[in-house]
Amino acid sequence: MSQLHSIALPSYLDQSDEVRARFERINQRETILEVRNLHKRYRSAQGETEALRDLNFQVRRREFVCVIGPSGCGKSTLIRILAGLESHSSGDVLLDGKPVKGPGRDRGMVFQGYSLFPWLTVKGNVMFGPEMSGYSRNSAETQARTWLDLVGLTKFADAYPHQLSGGMRQRVAIARALVNQPRILLMDEPFGALDAQTRAKMQSHLLDIWKNIDITVLFITHDLDEAIYLADRILVLKPHPGEVQEVIEVPVPRPRSPGQFNGPEFRATKARLETLIHPPTEEETTDEAATLPNHMIRFTDVTDNVE
Amino acid sequence: MSAISQWMAEGDASRRRALLTAGSFLLPVLVWCLVSYVPFIWHPKVMVDEPGGVDYFQSGMLVDRDEFDDQASQMKSQALALPSGHPANPIYLPAPHSVAKALYTGFTTAPESKDGIWLHQSLWHSIQIIFWGFVLSSLAGVPLGIFSGTYAALGRLNEPFIEFFRYLPAPAFGALAVAVLGIYDGPKIAIIVIGTFFQQVLVIANTTRKLDGTIIEAARTLGTRGLRLITKVVVPGILPDLYRDQRILLGWAWTYLIVAELIGTSSGITWYITQQARYQHFENVYAAIIIIGIIGFGSDLLLERLGRRLFPWDRSRERA
Repeated sequence: MSQLHSIALPSYLDQSDEVRARFERINQRETILEVRNLHKRYRSAQGETEALRDLNFQVRRREFVCVIGPSGCGKSTLIRILAGLESHSSGDVLLDGKPVKGPGRDRGMVFQGYSLFPWLTVKGNVMFGPEMSGYSRNSAETQARTWLDLVGLTKFADAYPHQLSGGMRQRVAIARALVNQPRILLMDEPFGALDAQTRAKMQSHLLDIWKNIDITVLFITHDLDEAIYLADRILVLKPHPGEVQEVIEVPVPRPRSPGQFNGPEFRATKARLETLIHPPTEEETTDEAATLPNHMIRFTDVTDNVE
Repeated sequence: MSAISQWMAEGDASRRRALLTAGSFLLPVLVWCLVSYVPFIWHPKVMVDEPGGVDYFQSGMLVDRDEFDDQASQMKSQALALPSGHPANPIYLPAPHSVAKALYTGFTTAPESKDGIWLHQSLWHSIQIIFWGFVLSSLAGVPLGIFSGTYAALGRLNEPFIEFFRYLPAPAFGALAVAVLGIYDGPKIAIIVIGTFFQQVLVIANTTRKLDGTIIEAARTLGTRGLRLITKVVVPGILPDLYRDQRILLGWAWTYLIVAELIGTSSGITWYITQQARYQHFENVYAAIIIIGIIGFGSDLLLERLGRRLFPWDRSRERA
């Protein structure tokens, strides 16, 4: 049965004319972010560790790029380097052709743990960026209202972050990053802490936002479905050290909808990602597999053996 | 239905908490009452009512119970008039009611000497010493603590020395403080500052370090840098905890008060206490000690209430 399926699947490399034309248009756009020969090594107690090895990629304007890879592949290190929160050992990170030095408002960042300012209201959080850039309070407030409207949180402008649900908090964080009108939005597993339902809603919501404004997105995730659903291209990293394994052009046509999860292009891409990220044979016996007990002691007193 | 039962449970819980709070104060008072009013619990002394035939007894005199019994049996064998008396506690343990009375009369009784000081004046003087000591310590200690917590290098530069210095007992600097600052309020304030400052820097540096690092990173990606990172992010971020630290440190400052006021010319509530003790007015001594407690505890309760108003976003108190 499963074999039948795999036979029926097209190759993830097959693109419909529509999709191919779209990628051609994207490739003609200007490059926003360019990463060249990026290396990251750091010293730890065990000696020198190589976190990232020779990364090369480009992100075009208004492109949605997902970075995916198993834990330890350095995807968080990568996005922190892009944000300017960490230094790299060698290579170049260029934003609009200029090297990145330290964090700046030209690169918005959304963290997994929300990291909203708890002492500011929702509106105050969004106003923070404009105020830091020297806008007057009034102007900052007008901007904040616009972006809160975009993420649908106008009603909660005066609430404090702790009064909001996880999904709402992340919407505030997105508005807070976008109000600065950055060249690129960096998102570090932003929906990782949300429950499945909220996450699905947030994914659609993010696509809606992206459709309506001029923003380029680099999105880190470890969720295959999320990456395929959101991305134009997926950068697959492999761990120890982090290296680009493959760059996949997602053949799923836009506009995307949850209905496409069962479509042939989607399944083909997912199958490819699975073979890349969970290679069938190797490393099965390491780490977690080795620590799992092969038989369990039975503690229960209930004797009817109904599981 | 469930909402109502939950509300009931909450009502029960808060009532129980209030009861327990009252109980924590009532229990020691109850023990004190028992020891004071129930004659067979302790009462090692006898208060002489009538001296009888004992030539050195006077009415109102406190003698040991053994001595009283001894004298009474001697009088009995000599067929002289028997002394009479009732069981009493030592003079240093006055009964609750006399302390309660002293709490009131302390404020209404004029000072014994003409240029003497009323109780409330002594108290006010003490409060001023605490206030200035704490303010001066905070002016230097809070910024230094915040900077040490923010910049690791600065922290490493001063904290080892401060760690060392905080083990030096503040009163040890009393004589030095008098030599430098004279005998009046200067050295007293200095002792409070020495007692508070070093703890303050370490405690606040620690609080600053506990601030969630991603909040600072988020602020940096939004274009915050330099000193504004401290004024706009670190300070508001730690403010509720800083406020709690300051409340605890203020309590610390109070514990240095008595020692500070003994330095140079004795002053304030300490002067009042030592004077009253000298005349064996121990009910006044207890009253003064209780007043210190009431002022300290009361001001802390007030500050706590104020904190709830000031920091509506603070969630750590909800867990408490």
